[in-house]
Amino acid sequence: MPLVEFRDAGYRIDGKTVLSHISFAVEAGETVVLLGRSGSGKTTALKMTNGMVFPTSGQVLVEGRPTVEWDPIRLKRRIGYVIQEVGLFPHFTVAENVGLVPKLEGWSRPNRERRVDELLEKVGLDPAEFRPRYPRQLSGGQRQRVGVARALAADPALLLFDEPFGALDPITRHELQQQFLGLTRDLHKTAIFVTHDVREALRLGTRVALLQGGHLETIATPPEFRRAQSGEARAFLAGLED
Amino acid sequence: MRPDLANDVLWLTGEHLVLVASAMAAAILLGVPGGILLTRRAGLRKWLLGFASVMQTIPSLALFGFLIPIPFIGGIGPRTVIVSLALYALLPILRNTFVGIASVDAAVCESAVAMGMSDGQVLRQVQLPLAAQTILAGVRIATVTTIGTATIGAAIGGGGLGVFIFRGIASVDSTQILAGAVPAAVLALLADGGLGWIERRLSAA
Repeated sequence: MPLVEFRDAGYRIDGKTVLSHISFAVEAGETVVLLGRSGSGKTTALKMTNGMVFPTSGQVLVEGRPTVEWDPIRLKRRIGYVIQEVGLFPHFTVAENVGLVPKLEGWSRPNRERRVDELLEKVGLDPAEFRPRYPRQLSGGQRQRVGVARALAADPALLLFDEPFGALDPITRHELQQQFLGLTRDLHKTAIFVTHDVREALRLGTRVALLQGGHLETIATPPEFRRAQSGEARAFLAGLED
Repeated sequence: MRPDLANDVLWLTGEHLVLVASAMAAAILLGVPGGILLTRRAGLRKWLLGFASVMQTIPSLALFGFLIPIPFIGGIGPRTVIVSLALYALLPILRNTFVGIASVDAAVCESAVAMGMSDGQVLRQVQLPLAAQTILAGVRIATVTTIGTATIGAAIGGGGLGVFIFRGIASVDSTQILAGAVPAAVLALLADGGLGWIERRLSAA
């Protein structure tokens, strides 16, 4: 059974179609990258996975169950989420940010502390130094690492990434992409990753799903995607050549 | 200063503080939950903010006049004054609570929801702490204004430092006017300074 399955899922709001007839499945261990221009519906598709948005037609299934049938809070706590502007809580320290979901889940304090240290090390931040800091005392790259640590905190099988590295300089971005690959491989995580950067999509994805105007154009492995003939795919691939 | 005047100053300052504290307590108890409600019910915004704005435009003496005949909340005395002061204080608190919560970074709220926080948890753990400074600024403005406005309460037997001012005007005695005005100004400055200090502490956190 796939971990996530879109079955003819669509989304309309205020008479406007954001997504229509989206069908694809994400198997455990995969990283599916949703690639598309702004307004292609990729972020909406991501938000459908953890029930931030529900399809207005068709279904999205997580672990075989339609998202509408899940308890909305349980569903979200089972899925890690990393947002574009990080969304760290500015009034929480790094340790409090990372330990939030375990705390909501009622873990004991020592367990939480241990988990926070373990995760900070995993994302390459020294716990002793970074635990007590506030988000504003971090660089963009460090904030993003904390965001990833926070998403991993309750050990979710599935992680969602909404253009997490979009605002970083190219070097930090590359570092974090490498780290992302390491983490998803070592921890056997399944991920859905939204980006508009074709390089990032081909580097990180086990499959790339190209969205255009709310439709799923192509879904293919990176080598297949490089040979894709559709206009939108060619338009994105043209960006690789310069 | 004559000893009996000094005694009166203390007594009337006490009365004044009771008027202001009661009115502010009522305004906060209504304004903060009201402001929270506005962030969740867009349809109410026009009505509630409109009501509070209209309240501010009614001259205080006229408002007393309207309230006096109303049973339970009206009548001659401090109760009517407290109700009027609370109505005046409502707008800055209501508006600042609403604006404070509405201006919390959308990405922060969204990630709180995405992490599986309930609406109440998002409010208590994220929105209110991050809006606290703005809400407190509203409380500070309202308190300082209320301390001044409360002097008019003496016109309908509400007591407080206004008693001196009205008495001084009636007997053309500037000592009496000052005995009312100076303590009122000192109270306003203390309230401004104290609440401002708390506000800065919140922003440092």
